[in-house]
Amino acid sequence: MPNKTVSIHKRSRRLMARETVSSYLFLAPFMVFFVMFVLYPMIMCVYTSFFDATMGRDDIFVGFDNYVELFNDSVFRKALLNTLIIVLVSVPVTCAFSLWIASAISKMPVAATSAFRCIFYLPVVTGSVAVTMVWRWMFNNYYGIFNYIGKDVLGVLDKNINWLGDSRYALGCIILILLTTSVGQPIVLYVSALDNVDKSLVEAAEVDGANAMQAFWRIKWPQMMPTTLYILVITTINSFQCFALIQLLTSGGPNHSTMTIMYYIYYNAFKLYRYGYGNAMGVILAIIIAILSAIQFRAGQER
Amino acid sequence: MKKNTLEAAQVRSRIYYIGSFLAVGIFAFLFAFPLYWIITGAFKTGQDINSATPVWWPSEWTMDNFERLMSKRSAPVFDFTIFGYTIAGPTVPAAFRWLLNTVFMAVVSMLITCLTAAMAGYVLAKKRFWGRTILFSLIVCAMALPKQVILIPLLREMNSLGLYDNIWAVIFPIVGWPFGVFLMKQFSEGIPTEMVEASRIDGASEWRTFTDVMFPMIKPGVGALAIFTFINSWNDYFMQLIMLTSSKNLTISLGIATMQGEASTDYGLLMAGSALASVPIIIVFLIFQKYFTKGITMGAVKG
Amino acid sequence: MKRLTTLLIAMAMVLSLAACTPSSPEETESSNTPTPSTAATEATDDMVTAATEITLWTYPIGNWGTQDTVDALMADFEAATGIKVTVEYLNYTDGDDKVNTAIEAGAAPDLIMEGPERLVANWGDKGLMVDLSDLLDDTDIAEINAAALTACYSTDGACYEYPVVMTAHCMAINKTVFEAAGAMGYLNEETHTWNSVEDFVAAIQAVYEYTGSTVGAIYCGGQGGDQGTRALVNNLCGGTFTNAEHTAYTWDSAENIEALELLLSMDGIDFDASIVGGDEIQLFYNGTLKVAFCWNIAQQLDPNTAGTGAGMTGTGDEILFMAFPSDDTPQLCGGIWGFGIFDNGDDAKIEAAKTFIKYMCDSEATADAVTAANYFAVRDTAEGTDLSGIWADNEIMNEYNVLMPMLGDYYQVTSGWAEARTAWWNMLQAVGSGTDVTAAVADYAAQANAAAAG
Repeated sequence: MPNKTVSIHKRSRRLMARETVSSYLFLAPFMVFFVMFVLYPMIMCVYTSFFDATMGRDDIFVGFDNYVELFNDSVFRKALLNTLIIVLVSVPVTCAFSLWIASAISKMPVAATSAFRCIFYLPVVTGSVAVTMVWRWMFNNYYGIFNYIGKDVLGVLDKNINWLGDSRYALGCIILILLTTSVGQPIVLYVSALDNVDKSLVEAAEVDGANAMQAFWRIKWPQMMPTTLYILVITTINSFQCFALIQLLTSGGPNHSTMTIMYYIYYNAFKLYRYGYGNAMGVILAIIIAILSAIQFRAGQER
Repeated sequence: MKKNTLEAAQVRSRIYYIGSFLAVGIFAFLFAFPLYWIITGAFKTGQDINSATPVWWPSEWTMDNFERLMSKRSAPVFDFTIFGYTIAGPTVPAAFRWLLNTVFMAVVSMLITCLTAAMAGYVLAKKRFWGRTILFSLIVCAMALPKQVILIPLLREMNSLGLYDNIWAVIFPIVGWPFGVFLMKQFSEGIPTEMVEASRIDGASEWRTFTDVMFPMIKPGVGALAIFTFINSWNDYFMQLIMLTSSKNLTISLGIATMQGEASTDYGLLMAGSALASVPIIIVFLIFQKYFTKGITMGAVKG
Repeated sequence: MKRLTTLLIAMAMVLSLAACTPSSPEETESSNTPTPSTAATEATDDMVTAATEITLWTYPIGNWGTQDTVDALMADFEAATGIKVTVEYLNYTDGDDKVNTAIEAGAAPDLIMEGPERLVANWGDKGLMVDLSDLLDDTDIAEINAAALTACYSTDGACYEYPVVMTAHCMAINKTVFEAAGAMGYLNEETHTWNSVEDFVAAIQAVYEYTGSTVGAIYCGGQGGDQGTRALVNNLCGGTFTNAEHTAYTWDSAENIEALELLLSMDGIDFDASIVGGDEIQLFYNGTLKVAFCWNIAQQLDPNTAGTGAGMTGTGDEILFMAFPSDDTPQLCGGIWGFGIFDNGDDAKIEAAKTFIKYMCDSEATADAVTAANYFAVRDTAEGTDLSGIWADNEIMNEYNVLMPMLGDYYQVTSGWAEARTAWWNMLQAVGSGTDVTAAVADYAAQANAAAAG
């Protein structure tokens, strides 16, 4: 008896060895690029984070000094907080909003569905630089469209609000723009997911007297779980990496109210020339994102 | 009695339907507005663009902005160096060259990414080999890592490879970015394993199995990845900014940025340039839209 | 067929990689030490022959950002010396990032055109530039405006910039609106100065009451145009930005705090963190703002995009350039532009770059270089050519000359300048969002001084 298991084990080991060789041949083209242009710089980034590195002189080894300074840096704490706010607000709102739009447009005639789907995808396609410029104009303190509508058309504002220049509103504006550029893909996904829901189950439930709400939450929602998880992961990663918006609109201001870790890294590296310090921040951010994605993936696999 | 409630329910759902149509319509307007503003702005006169009250429709259509865009800078239409001899094409408005550069960059990164990611995704999904779990976790972690973090090491690396200020310096990191592999793995998992095994039992080589059995089945996914990569590389402003410097090597969005004057921003020029940069990509999106929605959903929903 | 294309792509990929790999980072680093390459440079050391191709990066300084103008200048230079110059154009939004990354990548240009705050205080201070002292003989030193030349020297006595043009940064008012609001009595139109700080405050209040909207903005969304906000704050109550020795930042002084508090108290002045200098000019052009703090002769000469002509806003109002309000003689912030050479370790290129500087800044061709920049020459004669008459027939330029004697100390060469600038606009944002002025100023000035101390 034990003899047989050993032989099976041996055979599968041999098979595994052969599979390994051929698999790595398939992986090779990707791995070359991955190792050279992602992994190697990543390792260099961790390595540099232990140095006081700046322009025009050799790096000085400082051990964990950068990390120690990081935790005493009030702007970094602020940036961490802002980043978390962005993620915690934009991820659920993106999911909820795209689910709502998707379920509304999926009931419409096919032409309308595909037209709306297209329109909601436009900001993603048009490119952040161009779209951001228009948003900047829309939020303008003096003649922006929001103040124009709020004050002159609706009369709900009694004076112009400096949306991007006021530390109370700036982060909200950033999140709003981030939402418009990130719901495109989730809508596409949800529309198809709703299409793929097993119709007979929904009909059966309706016959049993379930109303639309119940049918949705009991039947459709569980079936769309994989889609939702995928959207969660992608949106989380995207929200963490929100950078161009900040750079083009507020440069982290006013008074650090829109400072995110991504921008603070850039700010330290390119404005203050503190490469080592910036890299240390990058390492911390990567660890946070990795932990969060791992949790989401675990949750996904358990289901 | 029953008929009445049924009618009431119908009216309710009709009202709900119209209401949601309106709400979605308002949001759709908000999403489409930036693009509308860019395209009309490209044809507005300086007076309209700088006006303190919004000019919704150009009071006079003008090509001035495009003329400025075309006349301000020039560059050879192509140039390459063989054995120390530089061969350059005729001089054209630099905007043409930038557009060509951008298309080249987006198409090449798209082609290489699709091929490498499809191969890697296939084995990660269908093969069991040593190091698979570690490799996959590495890929997921790297996906979460913000690109800005690795910029400085990447920059130093590109320079020592002699690729600084070369369009390949933008292409290679895109290819190495693990998102494509992740997507293709999710996608390949949806393909029945029996089909792959049947092909192997029939005596087909690994490569044949991939090209003849696997590839046709994951084609929609590859299509989705293609558009994804195309759009992302088109809009990857930051990497382009860091890696490219010479006028002739710039991409369209970078080129437009460098044409800004000393102090005040030429919004007309910016609008014209943005229109030029976004129209091609929107066309690509509209043409391949069907592929895209189909591919992206299958990958995510079945993953 | 399809498979063939796939195969071809794969092959192309492998080939392109194979072509790249030989020079992996470690190898190049180690190959720097062996002798062959260094021997070659040593050989050229003895009889430095100028290279025939160099690169120049310029910021948009007048028409030095316009390709047609620059191409013509470069063609003349090539005809005279046989040296071909490849020009790349930068902008003020991300130009610095581009130069910094190029430096990091070891691919900095040979020549760069900008002012001492970048060439001397930033890149020069970090030891990246070539000392140009040997280009300046006694005649040159006598000819060049002393203040401009001093600014080009670093604290250790090296010259990192050869200046070519200069101007004074000032502010501007919408004369048409000021007239309508009856505020013209608070200033002297002939000398382009305010009667007093009190009168400036009164004038802004008058315009504010007349229009009912913001008159001027303390823009602080970034560093763009920050010379304007600095000059405004420093002049109001007689403060300074740095000490006279340019070794420390003094904007936490009582005078500057008083000035900031005065600005905060004015109804017509808003602290605006959503715009930078360029946006302010645009808002001034379209008539939204009635004063602009980010102004100089180039804007005054610019026949704006609305096409109403130089010296006019897009709405057709007349623009009057003004010195900053002060109770003493206003101290205007200077703008000095010239060329610097990056030390890329190639003597032949450095030699060629020096030839270029000599040609552009100290020869018969200097007049063209100055005209292209749209500013004033830093010297009256260059190698016997008279430069004082370049703008003789330009009325606006002549009028603008009244501001030139008010040029103050060029303090932008203090070390840690890049960091101090960043701290400045962050401080303005903090003050604008209601942080206590004294605390905010002390906090950020401390940051700047930490950078100055190195």
